[in-house]
Parts: sequence; structure tokens; C-alpha cells
Amino acid sequence: MKYRGARILIEALKDEGVDLLFGYPGGAILHVYDELFKSSDIHHVLVRHEQAAVHAADGYARVSNRPGVALVTSGPGATNAVTGLATAYMDSIPMVVISGQVHSFAIGNDAFQEADVVGITRSCTKHNYLVKDVRDLQRIVKEAFFLASSGRPGPVLIDLPKDIQEHECEYLPRDQIKIRKRRLYSEADADKIQQAWELLKQARKPLLYVGGGTVLSQASLELMELARLTKIPVAMTLMGLGAFPGTDEQSLGMLGMHGTYFANMAITDCDVLFSIGARFDDRVTGKLSEFSKHSQKIHLDIDPGNIGKCVDIEIPLIGDVKQSLKALLKIVKKDENTLTQYHQQIDSWWQQIRDWQKKAPMTYEQGEKDITAQYVIDRFYRLTKGEAILTTDVGQHQMWTAQFYHFDSPHAWCTSGGLGTMGYGFPAAIGAQLAHPKKKVICISGDGSIQMNIQELATAIEWKTPVIIAILNNRFLGMVRQWQELFYDHRYSEVEMKVLPDFVKLAESYGAVGLRAQVKGDVDKVIQQALQVTDRPVVIDFVTTLEDNVYPMVPAGGAVSDIVLA
Amino acid sequence: MEDNYSKHTITVLVENEFGVLARIAGMFAARGFNIDALAVAPTENSKISRVTLVTHGHERIIEQIVKQLYRLVDVLKVQDLSDEDCVRCELMLVKVSIDSSQKEKVFAILEEYGGRIVDDYQGKILTLEFVKEHEVTEEILAALKSFKILETVRTGNIAMQKGGHEEAFYSADINEINE
Repeated sequence: MKYRGARILIEALKDEGVDLLFGYPGGAILHVYDELFKSSDIHHVLVRHEQAAVHAADGYARVSNRPGVALVTSGPGATNAVTGLATAYMDSIPMVVISGQVHSFAIGNDAFQEADVVGITRSCTKHNYLVKDVRDLQRIVKEAFFLASSGRPGPVLIDLPKDIQEHECEYLPRDQIKIRKRRLYSEADADKIQQAWELLKQARKPLLYVGGGTVLSQASLELMELARLTKIPVAMTLMGLGAFPGTDEQSLGMLGMHGTYFANMAITDCDVLFSIGARFDDRVTGKLSEFSKHSQKIHLDIDPGNIGKCVDIEIPLIGDVKQSLKALLKIVKKDENTLTQYHQQIDSWWQQIRDWQKKAPMTYEQGEKDITAQYVIDRFYRLTKGEAILTTDVGQHQMWTAQFYHFDSPHAWCTSGGLGTMGYGFPAAIGAQLAHPKKKVICISGDGSIQMNIQELATAIEWKTPVIIAILNNRFLGMVRQWQELFYDHRYSEVEMKVLPDFVKLAESYGAVGLRAQVKGDVDKVIQQALQVTDRPVVIDFVTTLEDNVYPMVPAGGAVSDIVLA
Repeated sequence: MEDNYSKHTITVLVENEFGVLARIAGMFAARGFNIDALAVAPTENSKISRVTLVTHGHERIIEQIVKQLYRLVDVLKVQDLSDEDCVRCELMLVKVSIDSSQKEKVFAILEEYGGRIVDDYQGKILTLEFVKEHEVTEEILAALKSFKILETVRTGNIAMQKGGHEEAFYSADINEINE
């Protein structure tokens, strides 16, 4: 069957199982929107800003483990999408973004709404394509989805000139389209896995350091089995939260700058560190020369580029986390009769960890009147029984959510960990809600962050997504203020939100529910009220204490063991 | 880890796709790696090009360069060639202005380094061609300093592994693409 390019794109997307995409139309993508109009198989979510389209696709991908899809026009449409691409790229989120482009004969002529999108996005996509011939289009779409979701996942962009959307060619069944083979990794080298187990077996103070790769690889069950068999303590990165149950007694919670005291002490003091799908990010390691100095390190990662990038590794395991852990478990099980002895071997390590936990447990203070942010998150946790999907923006509220929502399962946590993108949380929540219509989705945000994509209230109303937006409103850019307080001698430079909208009225003006909590007693009431709403978004303005700080905190540039408790 | 700071010749087989050179150059720029010289041309298979680049850095940096190159989707094969294992050379063209008394000296240099004259303009302006390792062309340039050098062009080193290893990986990768 002969179709024009725009139709081929739609058919190829359907072939990849796409039934939902997020986008914003414009001149250079008109033919595709015309085909969308005619197709009833793909639902299009009209956002109010292209950045939100990409974040929504990102949220959709994180909770469903399927590539998210976004559609934007050329020039400004595509440049608005760049922040979303960079966000997904840093966190290795599978995504395909299609951008319209000016006619191919006009490329390079500074045409209206022309931008060198392939050039601009080269460093924030896993790969990108400029379609120069309609006969390549079907292959490129198939290849884009393959690349986005295989190996280390990531966003892929397809730039589609307007004339190519009109050109016709034969449309083939998907299985007749050949894509080029790529390097694929399944399980790591068997000898290396054996060596890893030999090293772990000798350890007296072992630690599992679990990152987002474990979530992406869907390896939670294997991780749990390894932890149960060996009784090795588990610490997670911000991106790894949920890979192992946060409330489990073997969990040490989050590592790094605002991680728990005991996780950070454990990583400093351990003798064998087993990194699983993590990348030794500076927010985890602190000062590199002081990081986990006494440990031998095993690093399991699907991207060889992550291994040896920041720290020296004794045993590199290059492979898929799930497949490699499966192979490791087989070896561990052969030693099953020696494991009781192993548990005794690491018993004094556990006693040490319990002592650290007693010294500095994760707590917060909540008075009778003024609301603290931690209390709000804690109440959300209790009232949703920890079963909601949480998204955040970036700043203090993000760290408090990571600390106090105790994620027990994977794919229920969307946060911009690598890039740290304010404005991410709300559109990501819309995407997550559309992927899981029956789950409760809560976006924890701040009075600064929420204003970076507040316009998406319109999208959420249109799609009747009952996302709860909890604004922890301290009238400051809290995290920046915290740094200015601690490291710039209280010189609060441009961090006070002197003018804020009335968030309740703002919500109501869009047709959303607006609620406000001013004192502690209001908190449960508004949360319960919000949880009852099923047909529209709810904005809750939590008026919180002004100058609270996130603790524990590893000072910037300091060693992890320099962690400050309060 | 032994951390030697040294020069490396890295050869990269890439798919002949639109923008592949920009991807490689962009990756080097984005991650702060150095490129001292760069040469690109198709291989005998028109779908595959070979990029040869000369870089320098500590062991860890070189290891990262190789790994980051592999992350680029169009990159098929990367080899970090050590000095002992490979043959290397670059092409240099030098245009010199001479008077008749200097001709003998020019011939002596051509003789010594196996160069030749590729263009002779009225016996006064000669374009000389040399094919030697980069370090040797440096020497040649120094020797030619006694004449008036009008223009110099060099390709930068290209390199190839010695012995019979090359073909083995090479044909395997070509098959992958032709599927």
C-alpha cells in the first residue's frame, strides 16, 4: 500500500504499539496532525507548552517502562522540547520525540521556524535522525524505538521535514523492515560474575549500592533475592528508590548529599562495594578522593562508559542488571549451605549499622501549629498507604519526598535526578496518570518549581486527570536559599518569591479544585478531600515554615563522612 | 592504576551516516577531550568510513574516549593503537620559494626523506610532497626552514595495525551492516 510520509509515520507508530502521544501542532508538522485527525487508534494529548509534552512522555515512560512519545513542530517547538530531552537523557529514559522540520530544500536557508534541531539535540539524545528520504522513514521509526528502549535506554529524536511528510512510498509490514544490528548486552561475563561472588564472599562489611539502572532493567525481584540470601545491606541512589523496598529492614534508604546518615557511613566504611546500575554520580560520592576509600569495588552496568569513569573498579561487570543478577544468583545458590556462616561473618557489620541508625534516624519535628514540609509528605505517605505514584520538581521538596515517602516498589517515582529540571513534576504526573488511570498520582512541588509549568492545569482538566499537586509553599526558592544561608553567610540573593499567585484561585480559574492548609490541623483534612476527587486535578497550597533546611547534608565538595545532621 | 600521560592514535570505523563526524567531534568537545589531528575517508566499503584521530591524555581519559566513542550509535569499531603495533604516516605538502643556488639543497632533503616535487612553477616555486610519520614531517619542516615556506598542508597521522588482525574484525562488522 502506498502512503504519504505523514501516514507512514502514524502507521509505524501504531506498529510500535503507540496508542498515546503528547504534542503541540505547528506549521512544519501539519501533515502529521492531519493524519492524526483521521486516525482513531492514537490518542493525542494537547499540552500547553512543548517542554511539558516531553516531560509527560517521560513520566509515562518511567511508570510504564514503555517508550514515551512526543510530537512537536520545527524551530521553537523543537527548541522548547530540548529541556525535556536533556532531562530524559540524563536519567536514561526511553523516549521517541518527533519534530517537524522545514521543507528539505529550505534547510540551511534560515527559513521561517527553522532551527538545526539535529545539531541542537545531538548531545542530549541517545541518537537522532534527519529524515532525507521518505523510503527511510519506516526503518528509522522502528530503529528509534529499538534504540530508545534497548541497552542503556534514552531519548531518540526524529526530525521530519515537511516535504517528506508529503512524499509517497510503499508501506511494508513491520517484520519486513530490517534495522541494523547494534551491540547488545545481556548478562555480564561469567568469569567476572564468579569473581564478584568470590570477592563478596570474603567481605566482612559488604554493601549493595543500587541505582536507576536496576529500575530500568526491572530487576527488583532478583535484587530482593540476592539481598535475602546474603543479608547484605542495601542503599539506593535518588534514581534507585523503589528498586528495593524502602521500609524493608535491610534497606538503608538513600545515599548521597541528602541521604541517610547510616547509608553514607556504610558506603564510607564498607570493604566491598557492589554497585548495581548506578554511576558514581557526584551527588552520591561527594569528594572523590575520600569516597569509600577502603573498599574493593564491583560495578555492574550496561554502559561500559560508566565503568571506571569516576572511580577505579576492581571487578567490572558489563551487562544487563536483571540478566547478570540472575546469573549471579545461580552461583550464590550453589553456596547456599555456607550462607548461614556468611550471615555471621557480616553480623558485626550489621551491629555497626544499627548503631549508626540509632545515632541518627530519619526524623523531623512537627509542632502544633506551623506546617513542616516533611510532615505533609509523611501524611501523604500514611493516607495513601505508600501506594501512590509520586512525582516531584527540583529542590528541597524533592529531597524531602525522597526521604519520607519510603518507596516500596519500583516505577512509582518520577523525579529529574540527573539534570535537576524544575517544571518537570506536574507534566510528568499527567503522563504517569494517563499510563495508570487507576493509580493515585501526586506531584509534590514547590512555590518556585510549580510556576515553571503551571499552564498544564488546562491539559489536566481537559483529560480529567485527578493529579494532586501539593505545593510546599515556603515563599522561597528553598534549596538555593539553604545554600545561601549555609555557604554565603545568609545573603539571600534573589530567592524570595515576593509575588506569588493565589494558588487556590488560580486552580479554580482553570476549573481545578483549589485547597489550602495553613496549620497542622488542616493537613489531613485537605489531603483526604483531595483523595476523593476523581475527575479533575487538585491543587493544594500548603503554607509551610519559611526557612527549614534539608538534613542530613553532605556539604558541597566535602567527603560523604563529613555529613551534617542538623 | 598506572596513569601515563601519552599520545594515542585511535582508529574508528563508522557507518557512513549523515552527521557522523559532527557526532564524534561534538562528543570530544562536550567531554573536554583533545583532538590533535583528524583524518576521515571512506574505506573500500562505501557504507563504512574510517576516522583516524590523534589525541593525548592520561590512561583514564584514553579509556573514556574509547568507551564514549562506542556509545555513539554510528560507531562500529574503535581501536586504540599503540606505537609498536601499527604503521603510521601522514601526507604533507609544502610550497617553498627558492632561488637557483638552493636547488641542490632541496634535492638533498627530498632524497633523504623520500619526497618528490609535485609542482614546479618556473623553477622558483616548488610544491614538495612527503609521506612520513608525523614526527618525521616535523623534522622535514625544520630542515625546510632555511627556504622561504609559502604554505604547508598536513593530513595528520593515519594508522593501521600491523600483521593479520585487521581483517578479522573488519569483515564481521561489514556483515552486520549489510543485513
